[in-house]
Amino acid sequence: MAYLEIRGVDKSFVRTQRAAAEGSGWLPVLRDINLTIDENEFVCIVGRSGSGKTTLISLIAGLLEPDLGEILLEGKPIDGPGPDRGVVFQNYSLLPWMNVFENVYLAVDAVAPHLGESEKRERAEHYIRLVNLGAAMKKVPRELSGGMRQRVAVARGLAMDPKVLLMDEPFSALDALTRATLQEELARIWMETRKTVVMITNDIDEAILLADSIYTLTSSPGATLGPAVHVETAHPRSHAQLSREPSYQRVRRETVSILTRGEKDSAAGSTPERQGILLN
Amino acid sequence: MTKRIDFATLVLPLTGIGVMLLIWTMISTTIARDLPSPMKTWEESKLYILNPFFKDGEMNQGIGRFAFLSLIRVAKGFLLAIIIGTPLGFLLGLSGVFHRTFDPVIQILRPISPLAWLPLGLVIFRQSEPAAIFTIATCAMWPTVINTAVGVRSISPEYLNVGKVLKLSRLKTLRRIIIPGSLPYVFTGYRLSLGLAWLVIVASEMLTGAPGVGGFLWQEYNSLVYSHILLSIITIGLIGFGLDRLMGVVERRFKTA
Repeated sequence: MAYLEIRGVDKSFVRTQRAAAEGSGWLPVLRDINLTIDENEFVCIVGRSGSGKTTLISLIAGLLEPDLGEILLEGKPIDGPGPDRGVVFQNYSLLPWMNVFENVYLAVDAVAPHLGESEKRERAEHYIRLVNLGAAMKKVPRELSGGMRQRVAVARGLAMDPKVLLMDEPFSALDALTRATLQEELARIWMETRKTVVMITNDIDEAILLADSIYTLTSSPGATLGPAVHVETAHPRSHAQLSREPSYQRVRRETVSILTRGEKDSAAGSTPERQGILLN
Repeated sequence: MTKRIDFATLVLPLTGIGVMLLIWTMISTTIARDLPSPMKTWEESKLYILNPFFKDGEMNQGIGRFAFLSLIRVAKGFLLAIIIGTPLGFLLGLSGVFHRTFDPVIQILRPISPLAWLPLGLVIFRQSEPAAIFTIATCAMWPTVINTAVGVRSISPEYLNVGKVLKLSRLKTLRRIIIPGSLPYVFTGYRLSLGLAWLVIVASEMLTGAPGVGGFLWQEYNSLVYSHILLSIITIGLIGFGLDRLMGVVERRFKTA
């Protein structure tokens, strides 16, 4: 049975308040999104910036509601945000007035209030050590580099022990070297935790390094998901290993071709429908 | 390097003060013959400055003593202002209904001068001291109210999303996210409120004749000792400057990120 399922989800945004009142200002962002994810699967969704990737992750997180369709977790429709879907936000979203430990502890305390004080501390410390920040427990976000902040955000997401971990372009703001290190580290951490992960990215290589399945999102307006590309190489993978792997180039070509083909289709097919929306 | 810093931090400000004293001297020797020159002001004020804490009757005290009396009054008014203003600001920032209900009232009350509030205070309290504190609090409250409300509303949605994903209770969201997130704005409000409270003190002491820097200023005007008006003005300015700097330090401590 599917663990996380997205069924026929549509989402539009208001262009301007006045245009919406006239009924013509709706900008379709996502159209007919269908996605089925198994437990312990690592799924990457690849798309260009502005293609509605963040909208999709916000819908799964419950921070936005779909106009049409539904999202099910373990067969039950999701109802608003909740700690069973941990989120690692694009810009870290660490609370600047709390240190590393307190940021992670806040999450542990929120999802496991029944635990004793020392157990909660232990759990927070465990995840901070897991992302190699044991020495920075008492530092506040402003004292940390971008890469370290993102580690804290990952630790916070994992410490919630969610059913699904949602990651919204977690490494896009980092320099290339830091990004490569963190990607491999995430591969290692994922091996240890085997969480179900949905990760949004604009980096195809990152997707190939981490994911079991890669889906492409065509460009907005009215973006939709392409077919899955499966990555068969065993986990954990490293950048060095992938560059030697013959299947790597094939997977990469396949993903790129779906991405470009999907965009041509949507560009060609969208005109009458878009007019239809304007006429409504 | 150090010499350049000395030039910027010491020589230039001192030059500014020198120019000001020059203009003052020129005015006192040309257009306004009744205005005491800086030298004459110093001569006639020496006693009050060099012996700032002497007391020779209610309205004849050293300038330090007067300043202290005024500061106590301002402290009371300012504390009252932030005790009322801070929760009011949080309510305005948190509740759209509350904001729409009371924002017009606040916008109308805000620009009212202390000179208008003081008689009302006298009517309500029938005593000059509580009336003065009432006036200070009513005038000084608004920057705290408005900055707190703005601070609450400008909390990044990212932080609020963290609270939503963790399903924090309303109280916890308030304690862990909204209050710490708006503190920098709240303290900017406090700094501005304290500045206003000090601004209002003179007016309220003048009208109530209470002992303090403002009261002294008004009394000396009536006794035709004009140099003491200047002494009071300079004292008010220096203390106001000091208070602002002090609050600036506190404010910076609460700046996050």
